[in-house]
Amino acid sequence: MPQIFHPSTNTVARVTILGALVLLAGAGWAITAISRSGYVTGAKVARRQPVPFSHKHHAGQLGIDCRYCHTAVERVATAGIPPTKTCINCHSQIWVDSPTLEPVRSSFKTDRSIEWIKVHDLPDFVYFNHSIHVNKGVGCATCHGRVDQMNLVWQEASLQMEWCLNCHRNPEQYVRPRDQVFNMEYEPPADQVALGQRLVHEYRIADKGQLSDCYTCHR
Amino acid sequence: MDTRDATPPSRGVPDAATIDLTAIRARLANGTGRQYWRSLDELAETDDFKRFLEAEFPREASVFDTVGRRQFLKLMGASLALAGLNGCTKQPTEKVVPYVKQPELVVPGQPLFFATAAPLGGFGTGVLAESHMGRPTKIEGNPDHPASLGATDALLQASVLQLYDPDRAQVVRNIREIRPWNAFLDTAAAVMEKHRPTQGARVRFLTETVTSPTLRNQIESLLKQIPKARWHQYSPVGRDQVRAGAILAFGEPVDAVYHLDKADVIVSLDADVLGAGAGSLRYARDFAGRRRVLDEHGAMNRLYVVESSPSVTGSAADHRLPIRAVDAEAGARQLAAALGLDVGIPSEPSLPAEWVKAVAEDLQQHRGAGLVVAGDFQPPEVHALAHAINEALGNVGQTVAYVEPVAASVDQAQSLRELVADMEAGQVDVLVMLGGNPVYDAPADLRFAAALQKVGLRIRLGLYDDETSEVCHWHIPEAHYLESWGDLRAYDGTVTIVQPLIAPLYGGKTAHELLAAFTDKPERTAYEIVREYWKGRAGAVDFDLWWRKALHDGFVPDSAAPGKAVSVQSLAFAKKAPAAPKAGTLEVVFRPDPTVYDGRFANVGWLQELPKPITTLTWDNVAMLSPATAERLELSNEDVVEVRFDGRTVRAPVWIVPGHARDSVTVHLGYGRTRVGRIGNGAGFNAYALRTTGAPWAGLGAQLRKTGERYWLASTQNHFSLEGRDLVRSTTLDELTHHPHAAHEGGGHGGQDLSFYPAHEYKGYAWGMAIDLGSCIGCNACTIACQAENNIAVVGKDQVWRGREMHWIRVDRYYEGDLDTPLIHAQPLPCMQCENAPCEVVCPVNATNHSTEGLNQMVYNRCVGTKYCSNNCPYKVRRFNFYRYSNWDVEALKLVANPDVTVRSRGVMEKCTYCVQRINAARIQAEKEDREIRDGDVVTACQQVCPTEAIVFGNVNDPESRVAKLRANPRTYALLGAELNTRPRTTYLAGVRNPNPALAQKEGKA
Amino acid sequence: MSGPLPVQEPAPIIGPGHTFETITDKISAVVLTRKTPRGWFVGFGIGFALLMLFLLAVTNLVFRGIGIWGVNIPVGWGFDIINFVWWIGIGHAGTLISAILLLFRQEWRTSINRFAEAMTLFAVACAGMYPLLHLGRPWLGYWLFPYPNTMAMWPQFRSPLMWDVFAVSTYATVSLLFWFVGLIPDLATLRDRSTNRVRRVVYGLLSMGWRGSATHWHRYETAYLLLAGLSTPLVLSVHTIVSFDFSVGVIPGWHATIFPPYFVAGAIYAGFAMVLTLAIPLRKFYGLEDFITDRHLDYMGRVTLATGLIVAYGYMMEAFMAWYSGNTYEAYMMYNRFVGPYAPMYWALIVCNVLAPQALWFSKVRGSVPGLFIVAMFVNVGMWLERYVIIVVSLSRDFLPSSWGMYSGTIWDWSTFIGTIGLFLTLMFLFIRFLPMISIFEMRTLLPEAEVKEELA
Repeated sequence: MPQIFHPSTNTVARVTILGALVLLAGAGWAITAISRSGYVTGAKVARRQPVPFSHKHHAGQLGIDCRYCHTAVERVATAGIPPTKTCINCHSQIWVDSPTLEPVRSSFKTDRSIEWIKVHDLPDFVYFNHSIHVNKGVGCATCHGRVDQMNLVWQEASLQMEWCLNCHRNPEQYVRPRDQVFNMEYEPPADQVALGQRLVHEYRIADKGQLSDCYTCHR
Repeated sequence: MDTRDATPPSRGVPDAATIDLTAIRARLANGTGRQYWRSLDELAETDDFKRFLEAEFPREASVFDTVGRRQFLKLMGASLALAGLNGCTKQPTEKVVPYVKQPELVVPGQPLFFATAAPLGGFGTGVLAESHMGRPTKIEGNPDHPASLGATDALLQASVLQLYDPDRAQVVRNIREIRPWNAFLDTAAAVMEKHRPTQGARVRFLTETVTSPTLRNQIESLLKQIPKARWHQYSPVGRDQVRAGAILAFGEPVDAVYHLDKADVIVSLDADVLGAGAGSLRYARDFAGRRRVLDEHGAMNRLYVVESSPSVTGSAADHRLPIRAVDAEAGARQLAAALGLDVGIPSEPSLPAEWVKAVAEDLQQHRGAGLVVAGDFQPPEVHALAHAINEALGNVGQTVAYVEPVAASVDQAQSLRELVADMEAGQVDVLVMLGGNPVYDAPADLRFAAALQKVGLRIRLGLYDDETSEVCHWHIPEAHYLESWGDLRAYDGTVTIVQPLIAPLYGGKTAHELLAAFTDKPERTAYEIVREYWKGRAGAVDFDLWWRKALHDGFVPDSAAPGKAVSVQSLAFAKKAPAAPKAGTLEVVFRPDPTVYDGRFANVGWLQELPKPITTLTWDNVAMLSPATAERLELSNEDVVEVRFDGRTVRAPVWIVPGHARDSVTVHLGYGRTRVGRIGNGAGFNAYALRTTGAPWAGLGAQLRKTGERYWLASTQNHFSLEGRDLVRSTTLDELTHHPHAAHEGGGHGGQDLSFYPAHEYKGYAWGMAIDLGSCIGCNACTIACQAENNIAVVGKDQVWRGREMHWIRVDRYYEGDLDTPLIHAQPLPCMQCENAPCEVVCPVNATNHSTEGLNQMVYNRCVGTKYCSNNCPYKVRRFNFYRYSNWDVEALKLVANPDVTVRSRGVMEKCTYCVQRINAARIQAEKEDREIRDGDVVTACQQVCPTEAIVFGNVNDPESRVAKLRANPRTYALLGAELNTRPRTTYLAGVRNPNPALAQKEGKA
Repeated sequence: MSGPLPVQEPAPIIGPGHTFETITDKISAVVLTRKTPRGWFVGFGIGFALLMLFLLAVTNLVFRGIGIWGVNIPVGWGFDIINFVWWIGIGHAGTLISAILLLFRQEWRTSINRFAEAMTLFAVACAGMYPLLHLGRPWLGYWLFPYPNTMAMWPQFRSPLMWDVFAVSTYATVSLLFWFVGLIPDLATLRDRSTNRVRRVVYGLLSMGWRGSATHWHRYETAYLLLAGLSTPLVLSVHTIVSFDFSVGVIPGWHATIFPPYFVAGAIYAGFAMVLTLAIPLRKFYGLEDFITDRHLDYMGRVTLATGLIVAYGYMMEAFMAWYSGNTYEAYMMYNRFVGPYAPMYWALIVCNVLAPQALWFSKVRGSVPGLFIVAMFVNVGMWLERYVIIVVSLSRDFLPSSWGMYSGTIWDWSTFIGTIGLFLTLMFLFIRFLPMISIFEMRTLLPEAEVKEELA
């Protein structure tokens, strides 16, 4: 009786089997990559803001300290977005009629807040506290990157749980002397781990178990 | 009662049908040793097969398609939410909105506390309100305030939810039209214009009980302008009887202030001293302070209670005797006579002679350290007798002090009667009602609503556009106390300046502002009014300083009512024995509801769903009967009866309450609201329909007629027998002194760790909780405090009935002894935070696991909802979001949420966390200060609210901590500790009672 | 293991007068030539309708939440897990018959193993639904699998549910392979016999170029034996692990070491009951009495009886231990089963699983087709009740009476249950319509003239 299949079918079959494997592996790799990409995490994406505020200019070139605007960072959970008043302190003197600052001025006049786009946005079930990190020698730049070199700020890290745990499980690799916390240029020394271990002890940083308890961040 | 609801939807728990009480008695008789039981169904397992059938063949199965949906919508409006739990998904773009000019003090993310006072029945309790960026989220007691000492009760806890209640009145309304406030000001001006010539002869003001000095002053000065106008007062839960009693005894009205901290022997004549009333929080604290026995040398006070239906006080008593409310007077006379007072004794005494004898002797032995308290709802004679007894025993000045009346003192029933008479006579053109809800809650015989129709202009200030507002020309939305300036006096007269935490959400006005509208300065704000009043009186050099201090402290120093030396004029009234009320005839007893009070809280979801202290019923009121009476009338739970009293009737579902007095039916007021909001409308039946001025609190001659209908009730606990399990342990002072370790019989104390898994070691803190069953009076405040602190959802009657309530800490109840006079035990049950936790090993995704400090962490955002952990929890303290119970839709309700606690979404498990948000806050504070967390830094919500300090929390690794000491106490035992080796971090101290040896035998306690 | 070998009475396991052709014709005809009987359409229609009901129930479940079911606190598991265990149990006979009986060289298995395996697969498919559906958030079910993730989290490897994931998925995979490998030679037969092109291509692809050469047969035999070896332990492991879901718990009625053997026996018991339930109508309907002979039924009856007795022993032990342990809670658990609100469930279970199968002692009953069918039906119901008693009754009254509660399935519980039966029927009907329900080539090996080949192979 006549052949149903062309001889090439055999090859096709073999290739299909192999191809399937390759395809599966590829899919797996793709998913892993995408779930960590900026598209999902929002990392490394500069956000357009109502006022094109440049940290590079203010924090970098003018060297204004982080705490001048983010006043609460040492005391409470949120670092605090400065009230319009803070901007006006200076901009009632300089750049008083620059068009780009119009939103600021009108906000101050109309008493209506400027609505900034949140750059570092954690899920609502995560309770991050700036004050404790700052007090335990975690530098601003450690999580936020070189903000003093960003015109429009972007989120430096992925802010994914694995990223948080990376430090909560090995704090000694990241902590710095308290007096260096707000120093943007700070470079970790060659013997960071040695220094880290010393600081972890000195600053009474909780042991890794406690730091990676669920309740440390989730309530 | 809404009979449409009479047929329940599909029921997992079938109704507790006919109960064979003789069988129960038999079982109890044969019972050996100490026998606990929870409710009647458990004793009479007669209807099990019926249960089974019904369980297997549901009458109607879909959950929310009938009654359910209505209630679901209701409860959607009842609970609260911030955001969901979408784990590891893309974050939506969110805005961050900073201040323009940041106010001082306000630091985003840091709560502030303000001292103020919460009103109830006109009296104030000092509280500290927690404010997150301008929104009040939680009420705590003010430790410096005499009426609170840091404690609060369920009603105060829930008041914050009422603040945001979206069903509150939101507009000034004239007839059906929405009008601006100014329009009302004009009307008010016009009224004064018109009536000044006649000196306001046809103008009336109706308020509730008034303790506010400012308000009182305002009304009085207003009456100076229109002298012929009249000021009437009426509160459905008033203190007329107390007042009359004082007048009867002393010839003048005085208030009694008790000092339970000085009392060794307390006799309550139908008085719920610990559970209800303006001073109850303080009294409970003082009472418990005298019962905390920590070693075999401990001393303890003794509490005797005679009452009709079991109250919180009754359940805490050492000796409790159920008698009809109408028989209390006879009882009081017996006691007085036994103490040698010259009073007539009724032919048929209501108390057993030996009981009276024993109590009298006890009181005699403790002259000056005894106390007899008459219930607020008892007739004047009982009060007068109590006063006389206390005086005779030299208790006055020791355990009881008399002070000037705190509230504006009038006979309210009389006052209202006069008003109604005037209205009917058409002598009233203008009636201004400040608060209250007379159309709903005035005595039925006065026919207030009908009379009201004869009034030309009816003006109403109210929190809700309710039954009364409906028939008023003007409705003015009232400001909630958290939105108001004002002042209140506490049970002892202490004044607190009430300060607002938030601008009126719904444009509410205070009574002060409403009254100002009738003066020549109508625009004055409550702030100005109150401040000006005190400016005149503070008598301080620097008033601003005085003002700021008063606000900061939460009370005005030395403002307590001045003492008053009074003595009993004569006992003439008691000379001749009264005709004893016929035995066997049924009495009806009215009481304010333990959760919705007089009805003002009917629309507060938290309170509707809070189990009533004794019955554990939710969302309904019932006709409570003693088992014996139910047996006689062939009634069983959930039978609908027609209660007929004095020619009036209501239909009510029956609930059988062990320990209730025979021939007595108790109904709670405050239900059957028709116009309050989505939560309260149609819940329960309106008992006010039976209540008359003649019998405000109790009346003989009630009749019950079985209608044959059934009405399903949702109680959170109604299940079967303890079968002699030693879950609740209690001992007596006597036993304890001779044999301190009694509580450990049956083990459960410590126990060595046998586990396949390596034992956890706790280097740092190890959190633990100790609950003293000896102190707990079962008031349920902890349950609702937890609900407020932890954003716990309200699920609605249908879901409660399915066993899906969400409370993280529940108060279990167990009965001990016989059916008619059982001892009642309360056992608060939060998560035990086991060290060998059965829940942890079974969660496939690690959503619940063990922290390095010994907490069972429950991570909502990791939970996939297998429910395995709950199945494997021997304490069944875990709660599951079977639906999306949290409300994400009503903006107003989002405001009440605690920002430090995640709002749970559908399909995740939740449970008590030991208030980990508070632990973390304390930890971060301590860490920043480079120190350890001190004992007392972390206070859980349930601990903070507890009036009797029954709950203690802390670090068990610190031998000096209070909790560590309590855990070392011989009374301590671990629930199921011996059976399961779960090693709970929450441990109990066995209850201790102090029965009178002379009576203990008689009552045959173990 | 199974019934004793019938040395004494060599009743035929294949009807007389059959040759290679007749066997092949008869079986393949069902798929290829014979006109699809109306009964098939009716049956398939019913099955499909129920399947639609299942979809409705699941949609509703996902949109509204687990609350549409009767589950509550304390009874957190209801129909969902009951059905899961029930189906998994049913799914046991297939592999047992194919693998273990193969290894034991039980020739009589050949005529029933094919659809028994199919039944296994479909039952496992039904069972597999529940672990997912019973989740509060089914869309996160994949968290049960250990995979590298951005949360740096692993599942809880101590949890029996975790083990289930592996046990069940392995079982499903192996059974599928086993079934498919077994099908290959027959698929080739169908390919060669079918006249219409589409069929030839489809069967052709499925038969993976089978030509029946000696090498093919050689490799086939090896592969098949290997798979048999592989799946044998699974028969025991799967239900053992399922039983851990309960025995690892602390709840009285769950916390028992007897569970693994008792569950496995129960599973086989349920499985054989279901095979009977399917085989009896099938042979009648397609006139296969000479392939699935009375002797087959007799043997299956014996296996059912044997496993039934083991199960009965399990029940006895539970009761005995409750008393012997002297533990209040254990004792109350048993007391509650006897006289508690769910007692009727328990006694119904005893009737179905312990009393009913005793009839199988009598060869008369084993010989009578309706008799066997009735007993099988009893057992099917009984095994469902058993899970109901274990799960619901134990949970409804555990340690603290204050938390005791009742449970009853809602209309949605029932829809989901009946729905999975629909899924099962649908698949089953598709199977008997499009694949040979009895292994053609293995049947041929039963013929006397096949003996020689057998030895060579």
